Amino acid sequence: MNVLEVSELRKHYPIRAGLLRREVGRVRAVDGVSFHIAAGETLALVGESGCGKTTVSRCILRALRATSGEIRFAPEDGRVVELVGLPKRQLRPLRRHMQMIFQDPYSSLNPRMMVGDIIAEPLKVNGVPAAERQARVLELLDLVQMPASARSRFPHAFSGGQRQRIGIARALALQPRLVVADEPVSALDVSVQAQIINLLLDLQDRLRLSMLFVAHDLGVVRHVSDRVAVMYVGRIVEVAPTATLYRTPRHPYTEALLAAVPAPDPARRGRQLAVLGEVADPANPPPGCAFHPRCPYAVERCRIERPELTEVTPGRWTSCHRARELELAGVG
Amino acid sequence: MRPTPMAEPIALAVRDLAVRFEMEQGNVHALEGVSFDLRAGRTLGIVGESGCGKSVTARSILRIIDRPGRITGGRILLDPGTPQEVDLAALDPESARMRAVRGGRVGLIFQEPMTALSVHYTVGNQIIEAVRQHSDISKAEARNRAIELLREVGIPRPETRIDAYPFELSGGLRQRVGIAMALAGDPDILIADEPTTALDVTTQAQILALLRRLQAEKRIALMLITHDMGVIAEMTDEVAVMYLGRVVEYAPVAALFAAPRHPYTRALLRAVPSVLAAPRQRLATIGGAVPHPGARPAGCAFHPRCAEVIPGRCTAEMPPAIPPGIAGASCFLDVPA
Ligand SMILES: Nc1ncnc2c1ncn2[C@@H]1O[C@H](COP(=O)(O)OP(=O)(O)OP(=O)(O)O)[C@@H](O)[C@H]1O
Ligand SMILES: Nc1ncnc2c1ncn2[C@@H]1O[C@H](COP(=O)(O)OP(=O)(O)O)[C@@H](O)[C@H]1O
Ligand code: SF4
Ligand code: SF4
Ligand SMILES: [Mg+2]
Ligand SMILES: [Mg+2]
Repeated sequence: MNVLEVSELRKHYPIRAGLLRREVGRVRAVDGVSFHIAAGETLALVGESGCGKTTVSRCILRALRATSGEIRFAPEDGRVVELVGLPKRQLRPLRRHMQMIFQDPYSSLNPRMMVGDIIAEPLKVNGVPAAERQARVLELLDLVQMPASARSRFPHAFSGGQRQRIGIARALALQPRLVVADEPVSALDVSVQAQIINLLLDLQDRLRLSMLFVAHDLGVVRHVSDRVAVMYVGRIVEVAPTATLYRTPRHPYTEALLAAVPAPDPARRGRQLAVLGEVADPANPPPGCAFHPRCPYAVERCRIERPELTEVTPGRWTSCHRARELELAGVG
Repeated sequence: MRPTPMAEPIALAVRDLAVRFEMEQGNVHALEGVSFDLRAGRTLGIVGESGCGKSVTARSILRIIDRPGRITGGRILLDPGTPQEVDLAALDPESARMRAVRGGRVGLIFQEPMTALSVHYTVGNQIIEAVRQHSDISKAEARNRAIELLREVGIPRPETRIDAYPFELSGGLRQRVGIAMALAGDPDILIADEPTTALDVTTQAQILALLRRLQAEKRIALMLITHDMGVIAEMTDEVAVMYLGRVVEYAPVAALFAAPRHPYTRALLRAVPSVLAAPRQRLATIGGAVPHPGARPAGCAFHPRCAEVIPGRCTAEMPPAIPPGIAGASCFLDVPA
C-alpha cells in the first residue's frame, strides 16, 4: 500500500518585469515530478542544489501551493486524500499525519520553551489530555534516547545532535503516517551524524515509518533509504532501489553524481571524476534532455527530444534516450 | 620515532601555537600547543569536528583572529631555518610586514567565498585591488592580470565575467573567484578553510581538481582544512587530526587510513557514511558529543568518549603532544614506531 503518490507535480514561479509586472518567464522549480512512497518505506530525493528537492517536499506538506499535479496521501488505511486541490480547512486535520524534521536543529526549536513543552505541543494542539501528554513525552524522549530530565530544560542546554533528537521526538509525537526530513543530518558533525542515522534506522524498524528523505550526501542516503529518486533541474531522471542505483546507475547524471564523491580511501585516489559545467537554470532549461550540455554521452537526439521517465527494468525508472545501450559505472 | 622522509623545504612551521579567547563567561582555549609544517608542493590536511580549532589555526597564521581571541604562545615561522625566517606570531597584525604576507606569500580561501568578496563591487574590481596591493602595476595591467587569474581558475569567458557582481554568479563560480582572489598576490602558501563544504559534490570535484592543478603547477604548500574524510583521502599527503584545540594524530595519508593510531581517529573513520554501505547498515558511533571548549575535560580531553580509556591515568594526565613532522598519536596507548 502506498502512503503517498505524487504525479506530474509542477511548481512554477512567474518571473515578472516592467512597470506592468508582466510575466516574462517562469522558474520551473519542479516540472512534472512523479513518485510514490510505500508504507514503511524511505524514499530519498537527491540532486544538486536548486534542483527542486525542497520545493517538492514543501508542496507535499502544503507549505507551498503546487502549480499543477496531484498528491494523493493516505492518512489512514483505506482513505486517500488529494492534497493539491484541497481547501485549507480540510487540510488542518490532515497535518498531524505528516510531520517534518528540519535541517537546522538550532533555529527549529523555540528557545523560550522547555523541551517537554516543545514535544508536547503537537499533542496539546490535537487535544491529548495533560496527563496522557506527560506520559507520552517520556515515551518519546526514551524513543530518541534522551534522558527524562531533558524535559524540564531549554533547547540551548543541548548540543546540535541532542536538539535534532528533540526535533525528531516532536515530529513523531502524533505517530504520523509520513515524515518529511529535509537534510536532517547535514548540519551535524560526523560523530553525531552517525548517531542520528542509527536512530533513524531504529525508528524505521520499530515504527515502520514512511519517510521522504531529502539529502545531498550520497553516503548518508545509501545508509538510510530503501529507494532513491535522482532529480535534475526540476525533474526526476532516475528512480531505483538504493543498492541497484548505486551499483548500476542507468542515467548518466546518476553516474556523474556517484563519480564525484571522494572515497574515504587513499587507495582509490584519483578515481573521483568531475562532470563538466554547471546545473542548468530552471528558468531557462536546455531543450531536449536538460542534462545534455554536461552529458558525455549526448547525441543529436538528446538536443531535440526530451526523454520521458520510463521503466527500464521492473521497479527502475530512468529518463535517458540511451539508457538501454549505455554501460555506466556505479560504486560497490 | 622516524621522521617521514620529505625533501621539500618547509615553507611555514607552526610550533606550540596557543590561542585563547578571553571572555566574561570564561576563557576558551581554542588552540593548545599546535605544531605542524607546511612544505612546498605538498598538501597538509587538517581534519576534525566543528569547534576543534581548524579555522582558528588558519586565521592565526594570517593574524586575523576575531577579538577577543589572541595568540598566547608559540611561533608561526615563515621560511624557518633560512636567513629570511620571520615569526608571524610576533608581528603586529596591522604592520606593513604582516599585510604583505597576508594575501601575498600566504593566500586564504574561505568556506563561503562571500566572506572574501564584497557585494558592492564587481569581481574584477576586487581582484584588481588585490593584485595591486601586492604588486606595483598600472590599473590596465592589473585588469589583464585579473582576467588571466579568472581564466586560470577555470571561469569561462573571463573578459566578460570580470564585470559581473558576485551575486550574479553561481556558488561554484564564486568559489573560483574566491580562489582567484587568493592567488592575486602570487602566494606560495595557500590555506583553504573548508573550500568545498558549501558546494555540491559535482562542484566540489571541480574545485578540488582545480586546487590540485594549481598546487602542482605552482608548487604551492597547501593547507586544506576539511571535516570530510573523503576530501582528506583524495587530496592530502599528510594529515593532522585535531580534537579540542590539539593535534591528536599526525600521519601520512595512507597510514592514517590503513592504521589509524589515535582512538579518536579510529572512531571517526568508522563513523563516516559510505556510498559502499550495505542496505540499512548502521554506523559505528562515538558516544556523546565534542564538549564545549570552555569545559574541557581534565587529562586527555577525549577520555569521556574514549572506548579505550585507562582509568586513573587518562582522566588525570594529558598525553604528550606529537613532535612536529613525526607520525604518531597523542595517546598513552600509542607505541612509537
Ligand atoms: N520563491 C521562489 N521564487 C522563485 N524561484 C524559487 C523560489 N523558491 C525556489 N525557487 C527556485 O526553485 C528551484 C528549486 O529550489 P529548491 O529550494 O527546491 O532546491 P533544492 O533542491 O532544495 O536545493 P538545495 O539542495 O540547495 O536545498 C531553484 O532554482 C530556486 O532558485
Ligand atoms: N570569535 C570567537 N569568540 C569566541 N570563541 C571563538 C571565536 N572563534 C572561535 N572560537 C572558539 O574557538 C574554538 C575553535 O573554533 P574554530 O577554529 O572556528 O573551529 P573549527 O574547527 O570548527 O573551524 C571553538 O571552541 C570556538 O568556540
Ligand atoms: S538523454 Fe542523452 S543527454 Fe540526456 S542523459 Fe541520456 S544520453 Fe545524456
Ligand atoms: S590517552 Fe587515554 S583517553 Fe586519551 S585517547 Fe588515549 S586511551 Fe583514550
Ligand atoms: Mg533544499
Ligand atoms: Mg571552521
